[in-house]
Amino acid sequence: MQLFYDLKKSFRGAGFYGMAFFMKKEGIWQGMRAIWPICVGYFPLGLAFGVLAEKAGLSGLHIFFMSFLVFAGSGQFIAVSMLDAGASALAVILTTFMVNLRHLLMSSSLAVWYRGESRSRLSLLACFIVDETFAVNTSRLKAGAWSLTSAISASFFAYAAWVGSTVLGGIFGRFIAPSAFGIDYALIAMFICLLVFQLNGLLYVLTGLAAALAGTLAALFIPGNAFIVVGAVTGATVGLFLKRLALASGRKVRES
Amino acid sequence: MSSDYLFLVLGMGLVSFLPRWVPLFFLSRRKLPALLEEWLDLIPVAILSALLVPYLITSGTPRVLDFMRPELLVAFPTLMVALWTRSLGITLVAGMGMFWLLGKTGWF
Repeated sequence: MQLFYDLKKSFRGAGFYGMAFFMKKEGIWQGMRAIWPICVGYFPLGLAFGVLAEKAGLSGLHIFFMSFLVFAGSGQFIAVSMLDAGASALAVILTTFMVNLRHLLMSSSLAVWYRGESRSRLSLLACFIVDETFAVNTSRLKAGAWSLTSAISASFFAYAAWVGSTVLGGIFGRFIAPSAFGIDYALIAMFICLLVFQLNGLLYVLTGLAAALAGTLAALFIPGNAFIVVGAVTGATVGLFLKRLALASGRKVRES
Repeated sequence: MSSDYLFLVLGMGLVSFLPRWVPLFFLSRRKLPALLEEWLDLIPVAILSALLVPYLITSGTPRVLDFMRPELLVAFPTLMVALWTRSLGITLVAGMGMFWLLGKTGWF
């Protein structure tokens, strides 16, 4: 009990900066707690990537640099299979750009939540935007307070897990079966749960259904992964249209 | 490591970074039009649906509709677990466990 009072006093004694530091630490811890399932899910995926990259002739160091600089699951898989097929660097870079263009939407969506925050810290967060970190951060933001520190922390640990697991996969992956214990289902299970977090009312359910339908149609007719952007943009637009339609008809009912 | 490879990963890094960075850096300083903000609010659910559903119900290259995938079969109980527990960790473990057990039956 005495210890508790001493701690309390020392926090007060440390003043504003001490408290700020304490809160930052709390934010980092919150980020870790939110992101650990993603890190678990990244391991089989990262190992699988490492194995594939190693087969395409990349060493552990090569893999480290790619994961460290690019951090894009599907983008890296596609890049490595293109390299294996002998594609030119320019073709690989252009494809990577197309595949990762969807992050534009995610970055814009996050900008609404973090208006006015420090630009250097926002730039740091931007480095780690992928489907998974975006989904976790958004669900936390909608659930309540989610500091920029927590968001950066969560995103960074996912990034670290990705870099680590891809390098490990390149070095030791040959000895590990990626299907053991159903780990190849980890990311799907996570996406299902992250989608559930987003379904906060009829409008979101209808938007999701529209996006699923548009995405599936696009997937059937367009090769590659453009279906994600086509589906998302169509779905969100249909959702917005429905929302405005409902608001307009509600107004009319009230006026009559 | 060759300079060719370094050029490749630096280029890939740059084109991955720019779409992530430009909106967050520039849009975070201005008030967006209400309509755009409402649209962006619907983007998370739209992206997740457009990512997940086509993956679960199509297969092959070129892709065709396929409702008999074990991934889809396991998705329903996994969805139930997610709705019931609202926990990422429990959903992860349950989904993995069910997918693993289904593989053990040898039906697929």
